Amino acid sequence: MWTYEKMLQFPIKISKPDAKAAKVIMTQFGGPDGELGAAMRYLSQRYSMPYRKVAGVLTDIGTEELGHMEMVSTLVWQLTRNLSVDQIKAEGYDTYFVDHTVGIWPQAAGGMPFSSATFASKGDALTDLFEDMAAEQKARTTYDNILRLVDNPEVKDVIRFLREREIVHFQRFGEALGIVQDDLNCKNFYAFNPEFDRKR
Amino acid sequence: MADNKSRLFAELQQVSFVLEDLNLYLDTHPEDASALRYYKHYQQLRQQLLEQYTMEFGPITADNVNIKNTWTWVEGPWPWEGEM
Repeated sequence: MWTYEKMLQFPIKISKPDAKAAKVIMTQFGGPDGELGAAMRYLSQRYSMPYRKVAGVLTDIGTEELGHMEMVSTLVWQLTRNLSVDQIKAEGYDTYFVDHTVGIWPQAAGGMPFSSATFASKGDALTDLFEDMAAEQKARTTYDNILRLVDNPEVKDVIRFLREREIVHFQRFGEALGIVQDDLNCKNFYAFNPEFDRKR
Repeated sequence: MADNKSRLFAELQQVSFVLEDLNLYLDTHPEDASALRYYKHYQQLRQQLLEQYTMEFGPITADNVNIKNTWTWVEGPWPWEGEM
């Protein structure tokens, strides 16, 4: 069960609209390495995770990702809410605007709709944790690319905060992987799948 | 003790649901005096039950963890294990 907190994890106050920035940032809402996929990945994987500490890491990081989804959506909203139609046309936001006006919808920067095909829930503790570590790195790369494309410091501060969280999550998933491996046969980590083969 | 635990947990679950449902009602009826009184009553009851459950059996939310020598948030069953 979840409850909502009327508070962003990090403050966001953008004073100037910027459709070009919004168009690339929205990929971290609904794109292949975005926060919606991140939340769904971890919150889906945790049910079959037999190590309670690791299930806790998946729950807590998955929950934080919901907060990041809210932050990315807030960025897109504040960057687009005051755009004029002339700016929308000049800055290439018309292809999004025609379908969604300035509403928030999960898609990749190139227009591809959000898809659960962008993440895995494999039902294997090692496979899922390697997936999670890779996912955090992919999101970190995406934030690095956004920092190359955006110049408003009000936006960059928020992106830098989100980027740093990817690094922290990568670290925690690495430790979670250690918890799983410590419990497995160190001569053959793959002797059985602890999420299915009950041999422990 | 197990009986007391499951009784207290069921009560907390029921009182929490009352508050969730009232929350929705009050969102669209923010001046309904009897609903507000009802909410206040259950708000206090949930707080009391939450404190009692947390002290005796462990945390329901991470920010309510009773801090001792170890972090107890990731101990004990998760809700989907079917043991709570």
